[in-house]
Amino acid sequence: MKEDYIKIILADDDEDDRLFFTDAFDELKINTRVQTFKDGIYLMNYLNEDNVVLPNVLFLDLNMPRKSGLECLKEIKKDPKFIDIAIAIYSTSASEEDIEKTFVMGANIYIKKPSDFKTLKKVLSEVVTINWQYHTNGLNKENFLLRL
Amino acid sequence: MTLHLKFDFNAICKKVLNDKLNEHQIKHKIIGFGEVEILEKLSDEKLKNFSEDLKEYHIDIVENQKSILIQKIKDAIIDMVFNEDTTTNLKASAYLSDKLGHSYGYLSNLFSEVTYTSIENFIILQKIEYTKQLIINENLSLTEIAFKLNYSSVAHLSTQFKNTTGITPSAFQRIITKRRELKQ
Repeated sequence: MKEDYIKIILADDDEDDRLFFTDAFDELKINTRVQTFKDGIYLMNYLNEDNVVLPNVLFLDLNMPRKSGLECLKEIKKDPKFIDIAIAIYSTSASEEDIEKTFVMGANIYIKKPSDFKTLKKVLSEVVTINWQYHTNGLNKENFLLRL
Repeated sequence: MTLHLKFDFNAICKKVLNDKLNEHQIKHKIIGFGEVEILEKLSDEKLKNFSEDLKEYHIDIVENQKSILIQKIKDAIIDMVFNEDTTTNLKASAYLSDKLGHSYGYLSNLFSEVTYTSIENFIILQKIEYTKQLIINENLSLTEIAFKLNYSSVAHLSTQFKNTTGITPSAFQRIITKRRELKQ
């Protein structure tokens, strides 16, 4: 396998959530590099830098100041250079209708933020493993929909 | 206007390989899915150039024995799931150990060690991916798909789909259809 690690990015304005997130990945067996941003503006600026290594999976919180997760999702889906990034919506809660809307807009994964650390680890591990399967087995990313 | 296309991945890969091998003037015989016999002595230089050239198509030459065996397991599973002629009444474990000449315990441990997933989960994932393709591209009903993929019942397929993806087959179909409408 060419790459020996998986690059993960999270954009979330809640500091505790960012911390839990990085801690969870530290404890997983899978080799990952995790980067976090505190809002959509910081995130999009980073993604649009020259020569940036794009993430394999991008986690987006929906409610962020300055630029929301949905706005980021729209921008990312419009730009062909981001086509290989799997997008995971990472949110406290939403109606069935909202969830389906994010999928239609191009999100691959919808995760309801778990309330305890153990579940968080399990969920994140599942996301990364399934994404890895799509990545290494040349599966059709357009059909990649996952809800946890 | 949007065109919806259907692919035969196996045929595409074979064609690309054949063209590239001819381009590099390598005498060869394509044996099966993901296996080529080289009928001449290949210099390291020539092999390197050939392998570089394949990268453009995201084709990697698998090098070590373990990766080769993993690839063979995957190919056998994909063949089993996607190819109706190979559908057997054997259990997957018996089919794999029979076909690859190793005990299932050995194959299963090796697979989990390297791929972050188990053979069982890989089979389910492939079946669900195939189901998605059939829903979207061939417009088959879930009943027809369950029959085609040897599920004991529609309910079983439907439950496995929901457990694997978190959404129901009909929600999946609705989302993909809406996405396509949005693009037009």
